[in-house]
Amino acid sequence: MKCGIVVFPGSNCDRDMAWVTHHLLGQPTRFIWHEETDLGEVDLVILPGGFSYGDYLRCGALARFSPVMQAVVRHAKAGKWVLGVCNGFQILTEVGLLPGTLMRNQDLQFICDRVPVRVERVDLPWTCRYQRGQVLTLPIAHGEGCYYAEPQVVQELEQSGQVVFRYLPPNPNGSVGDIAGICNRRGNVLGMMPHPERASDADLGNTDGLGLFTSLLAWYAETACRSC
Amino acid sequence: MTTYQAEIQIMLKPSVLDPAGTAVTKALQQQHYDGVQQVRIGKFIQLTLLAPDLAQAQAQVERICREVLTNPVIETYRFTVEAKA
Repeated sequence: MKCGIVVFPGSNCDRDMAWVTHHLLGQPTRFIWHEETDLGEVDLVILPGGFSYGDYLRCGALARFSPVMQAVVRHAKAGKWVLGVCNGFQILTEVGLLPGTLMRNQDLQFICDRVPVRVERVDLPWTCRYQRGQVLTLPIAHGEGCYYAEPQVVQELEQSGQVVFRYLPPNPNGSVGDIAGICNRRGNVLGMMPHPERASDADLGNTDGLGLFTSLLAWYAETACRSC
Repeated sequence: MTTYQAEIQIMLKPSVLDPAGTAVTKALQQQHYDGVQQVRIGKFIQLTLLAPDLAQAQAQVERICREVLTNPVIETYRFTVEAKA
């Protein structure tokens, strides 16, 4: 599974991602500078966490116009995998690959914590190695993580099962419906505020997030088998 | 070409909770500004641009607001455009 990690000016979780995909899982991984226009032959594109463009204007608002984003949108429209974590999630909403937006946390504080997150769906490439309803402990670190969308949009998300991860009470940031992560209708684009890459290395004491990456690997292996 | 000055005001939609505005409201009320009922915090942007005429300047600012400066999910905007002296 070839992984491409997009690096924007201000990204700061890019190397943590590569540590998981390359070092822990042994997958070919390359960094893609935001000015590149060709993703090459990657299976998974990751928009990592951080503070792209200093969060100026709105989180993710300027990263959306980076040259690489046109290729990321094409990748997504072709049904290939795009993962956005934290600032990556914010960028995915700004560019319109996921609905809604991420607003200032309800209590205005930047939250750095480990919180319980429930896996709502396991029929996706992102979660097939988890159990439905499984509660993960995942790190969060954000000031603008309060997911918001119009009630009608939220209703559509719920009805079509696009809420993939949900916070257990107490909701840390005030997101609507306790939403922590959503996918697009097709399921190939996932955005989430919690950081699975920071909970993947056993040396750090928590591997609850690794399942997301091993889910992708398992799914990838299976689809590769089917096509050969 | 004429130089125009645009002044753009961006606000959260009335239906969207403004936690910063709420915090300021509470602080003002604690300072005994008893008449203060609500504070909503937005953004103010000044933008200078060259355009052939006022109508085209306005059209350009409109597009910039819609496509870049605001997030239509949560924000609204209004602006004025004037020829710069």
